[in-house]
Amino acid sequence: MIKRKPRPISRRSLLAGTGAVAAGLTFAPKLGWTAEEAKVNFYNWDTYIGETTLDDFEDATGISVTMDLFADNDELFSKLKEGNPGYDLIVPTNDYAERMILAGMLEPLDHSLIPNKKNINPAFQDANFDPGRKYTMPYMWGTMGIGYRKSKVDGIPDSWKWLMDSDRYKGRVALLSDSQGVFSAAAKYLGKSVNFTDEADVKAIEDLLTKNKPNIKVFADDNGQDLLLSGTVDLTMEWNGDINQVIEEDDDLAYVVPKEGSLIWQDTLAIPTGAPHPINAHKLIDYILDADAGAKIADFIQYATANEAARQLLSDAYRENPAIFPPQEVLGRCESAVYRGEGVQRMINDAWTRVLAA
Amino acid sequence: MESWRRSPKTFLALGLPPTAWLLLFFLIPIGIVWAFSFGEKVGIVDIDITGTFANYDRAFEAVYLQIMVKSLIMAGLTTLVCIAVGFPVAFLITFAPARWKPWLLLLIILPFWTNLLIRTYAMIAVLRTNNGFLNMGLEAIWDAADAVTGLFGLAALGAFQPWDILYSDAAVLIGMVYVFLPFAVLPLYSTLERLDTNFLEASLDLGAGHLKTFFSIVVPLAGPGIASAVIITFIPALGSFLQPDLLGGTDSQLIANVIERQFLSANDWPFGGALSFLLMYITFIAIAARAFLTRPNERRGSLPA
Repeated sequence: MIKRKPRPISRRSLLAGTGAVAAGLTFAPKLGWTAEEAKVNFYNWDTYIGETTLDDFEDATGISVTMDLFADNDELFSKLKEGNPGYDLIVPTNDYAERMILAGMLEPLDHSLIPNKKNINPAFQDANFDPGRKYTMPYMWGTMGIGYRKSKVDGIPDSWKWLMDSDRYKGRVALLSDSQGVFSAAAKYLGKSVNFTDEADVKAIEDLLTKNKPNIKVFADDNGQDLLLSGTVDLTMEWNGDINQVIEEDDDLAYVVPKEGSLIWQDTLAIPTGAPHPINAHKLIDYILDADAGAKIADFIQYATANEAARQLLSDAYRENPAIFPPQEVLGRCESAVYRGEGVQRMINDAWTRVLAA
Repeated sequence: MESWRRSPKTFLALGLPPTAWLLLFFLIPIGIVWAFSFGEKVGIVDIDITGTFANYDRAFEAVYLQIMVKSLIMAGLTTLVCIAVGFPVAFLITFAPARWKPWLLLLIILPFWTNLLIRTYAMIAVLRTNNGFLNMGLEAIWDAADAVTGLFGLAALGAFQPWDILYSDAAVLIGMVYVFLPFAVLPLYSTLERLDTNFLEASLDLGAGHLKTFFSIVVPLAGPGIASAVIITFIPALGSFLQPDLLGGTDSQLIANVIERQFLSANDWPFGGALSFLLMYITFIAIAARAFLTRPNERRGSLPA
């Protein structure tokens, strides 16, 4: 059934050939763009859009939105790599967006259909992972840092040391179980770039994590905020938005970006290759980048929006929240991850397996 | 079963849909994963099926063997506890009054009405240190004991120290037993149900005690059922990744977690395929062993009374 061909077969063509996903693949020839049904299929993170945004969009344009949810970038990537099952708009994070661009999984954007691009903060008008913003528009951005319980720690635990290299809070610390995130934080603690590619760096980080493992309570499956809220741990590595959600419930909790710097991420709006309604997807992107609509979204989900016009409309409480917009000097030490190739990806994953097995 | 010769059309009509289903949705996908296990990654999404054994080589590296051994031990312990707990339960249901039986069986099947993920999350609420139901119960008992010792003028027991069991291998084991126990009880019950009680009466009449009767008569006669229960518990236990993920501590990963990562974050399907097929080979060996072990038992079970 599967033979070696002169040209390597891709998994996508292999599966399409067997017909297993042929039914799910919907190609949108550019000729057909003019006659699109009034629908758009949005594949998004959970609680990551305004409460009424999609209804408002339907009222304004007559296009109805169907939204599915994914839990993390890996799920998004795995779901789309065998062919687009019918999504028009997706929300990959910067390094995954880059990987998808390289793999030909994203459709180039038509900037003439997105006049609200002008609302984007100048800092986000261009991106190192997508020069010229050919494939992606910025949505929200944020940082990875330390969520902690103020009454249970001494001062502000503003260093990765407390999570990576100390027994002071032994058994009260959670790290994310996301290997990329953990390795990025450890790299920062060791004074390295989050975009290390050297085998020696991977080894140094592996040794650090292995040595400190007895002090860690659990590698949290992206539920560090719940562990913090329930008092299971007093310090956790988490994404700022997740901690902000529990700070609203318990004012003994706080968030800090460590002084060594951290990972800064940017979620993007992109159209996957083979989207059945690309025109409508452009319209939805443009709507999200609108000042009013963008303000409603940011106000509801409490993440830092890249939509400057929307930010201007929001209250000081939002604009001056240090857990949403960290101080400039801390941001200066943060880096965003770039896609470093499958080889580095494998090195990190293998090292992570060894850390967990140690 | 010669009926297919008499009415081949009926046979075809009945047999075709399940065969097509198996072929399309089971054998072909599994075949693709099997093919991937002999492949190499040549890009972000491209896999080149080169016939290499490199993935299997890699699976035999010390770290993966260590995880595999740990997974076998955890699955083995789960099976052992499930049989030890499941056997008396199945025995009780078998000898319960007839009108209770459907209800008791319903209780065994009841957990299946709730999603596995939800049930595993529920275990977090039971086992966690702060406000976990287990620790709340233990604390209540502790306080009661403390009050009693106080009553008799004995030294106070001191403050209650909660049992820090969540996020450990023990929690994973508890979670796995909880999930797989029904799988053990049902085949045991179906075997015990068919057990000829005359054997038991004969044994008791001839002077064997209850314990001796249980171990010399019931257990050997239930051999095939025990073997089925072992297999049907052990195999899914070997493949569980949810319990180590949600209930495990920093070193609770099992081989299924490694496989899951190959298909998600590592994006290394060839290696994930190779690891999956190694598990599959272990499964085949276990099933072959079962067939080998149960044959003499079945012969014994069918001895004329």
